[in-house]
Amino acid sequence: MTTEYVVQVEDLRKSYGAFTAVDGVTFDIRRGETFALLGPNGAGKSTTIEILEGYRDRTSGEVSVLGTDPGRGGLDWKAKLGIVLQSTGESGNVTVREQLAHFARFYPNPRDVDEVIAAVGLEEKQKTLIRKLSGGQRRRVDVALGIIGRPELLFLDEPTTGFDPEARRQFWELIRSLKAEGTSILLTTHYLDEAAQLGDRAGVIAGGRMVDIGAIDEIGGADARIPVVRWIENGVLREERTTTPGALVARLGEPDGLEVVRPSLEDIYLELVGEAGLAAAATDTVIEGAAL
Amino acid sequence: MNTLTLGASRVGYEVKTYFRQGDSVFFTFLFPVVMLSIFSVAFSESSFGPPGDEISAAAFYLPGMLAAGILLSGLQNLGVDIAMEKSDGTLKRFAGTPLPVVSYFIGKMGQVLVTGLMQAALLILVASVLFGVELPADPEKWLTFAWVFLLGVTTSAVLGIAVSGLPRSGKSATAVIIPIALVLQFISGVYLQFSMLPEWLQQVASVFPLKWMAQGMRSVFLPEAFEVLEQGESWNLAGVAIVCGIWLVVGLVLTRLTFRWIRKDS
Repeated sequence: MTTEYVVQVEDLRKSYGAFTAVDGVTFDIRRGETFALLGPNGAGKSTTIEILEGYRDRTSGEVSVLGTDPGRGGLDWKAKLGIVLQSTGESGNVTVREQLAHFARFYPNPRDVDEVIAAVGLEEKQKTLIRKLSGGQRRRVDVALGIIGRPELLFLDEPTTGFDPEARRQFWELIRSLKAEGTSILLTTHYLDEAAQLGDRAGVIAGGRMVDIGAIDEIGGADARIPVVRWIENGVLREERTTTPGALVARLGEPDGLEVVRPSLEDIYLELVGEAGLAAAATDTVIEGAAL
Repeated sequence: MNTLTLGASRVGYEVKTYFRQGDSVFFTFLFPVVMLSIFSVAFSESSFGPPGDEISAAAFYLPGMLAAGILLSGLQNLGVDIAMEKSDGTLKRFAGTPLPVVSYFIGKMGQVLVTGLMQAALLILVASVLFGVELPADPEKWLTFAWVFLLGVTTSAVLGIAVSGLPRSGKSATAVIIPIALVLQFISGVYLQFSMLPEWLQQVASVFPLKWMAQGMRSVFLPEAFEVLEQGESWNLAGVAIVCGIWLVVGLVLTRLTFRWIRKDS
């Protein structure tokens, strides 16, 4: 039971005809770790996660999820997973409580229904039909259904879309408590602050390739984290990256609009994705050139 | 939790959600009752059947409506229901849980059986209480009713699961499946008297199970004088069993071959 890795992906590829959605992705997730998979729309995040969940077949590469090839996972394997899909639109003619109590029966060792309802903050709505809930509340039901079976590995595909800021913070608390219990988590999200709050490590995927992977506070490399000092000089915005911002500020004195900015994960991410875009464009040009 | 107990818990869930869906309650559950009432009222002055053995419109239409109910509760209801569940993500969610496919099917079959039985009971009650239709007294007739109903409803449910793969989206489900059910009802002696149809159309209808379900129901509820109106002048209950049985097997094989929680890579 103490396999070091819950997910191992080696050179994963997925093509649809001539289009390659995932182009040689490699990463792994250790037991108990929360791994954030980041990337723009259409980068291959969902394709990758759905291959790991057993929803899609892969074109090539090695994939192991809880020691099993997801293409061949049986019911015992599924009982150890929790899956929160990206979007759901079920008719919802059952109440929150009915739905959770029903799904709890599918699993050998489910969580307590009341506990889960409380964890996602739906106590007030537990007797409401799911179709009468707001989008954010329905999303919480999705999350509740994902964790009801006490999963070893939880997949969260953009879990907080449609949440208000308070609900997101509550959700983060929930995920932290799951982490504390030892649940391993694979998270995709558009909110970089969310990845920074929850993730231990992150992988940035763009154009089907993993452009960077590493600890949340190391991704993008040390250079990407060099603080930026901005100020206005003679009405012109000036900007300088420096490892010694204090010294620079001391030298500048009291200019207008002075600020010291430490690049956030979002800034680093945008830089990474931007570079990947440029690199891909450059490759295309080379290929076109070669064809001539 | 084994497959059967989970299946039983699915039946409860399915029946509950069935009755919470307003359109399914009307178009599959109450529809035959509504049609029976309309025919009974519209033709209340007419009588049906050979001279000396005339019966009321309600008595004449009851067997056909029972057969239609079996078709609607099984084929139409499940065909549309499962197609919708495919497209709205219900099945995708199940695919990611340890719910066995067989338990899901037990739930659907149970839903059809329970709602179909309630529907048949309601039809018989309305016919007898509101329209004064005389019900058979012979226990043997009720035994025939029991097996024709059970075989019919099972066949219809299995075929419903099999046809649920036809619509390409949940939105088109009703547009694809309701016409199939409607055409079958018109050629199988539900709305139009079967003996009045041209022989070639009778032959076509005989390929499909609804004609046989309706014939089985007529053998239960119509006076013996009506038997001569049937094809071959016989209720031909063996034929009912054989044709429904063949379609049951065909439905099971199709389901086994085609049903998937999700279409991978779509």
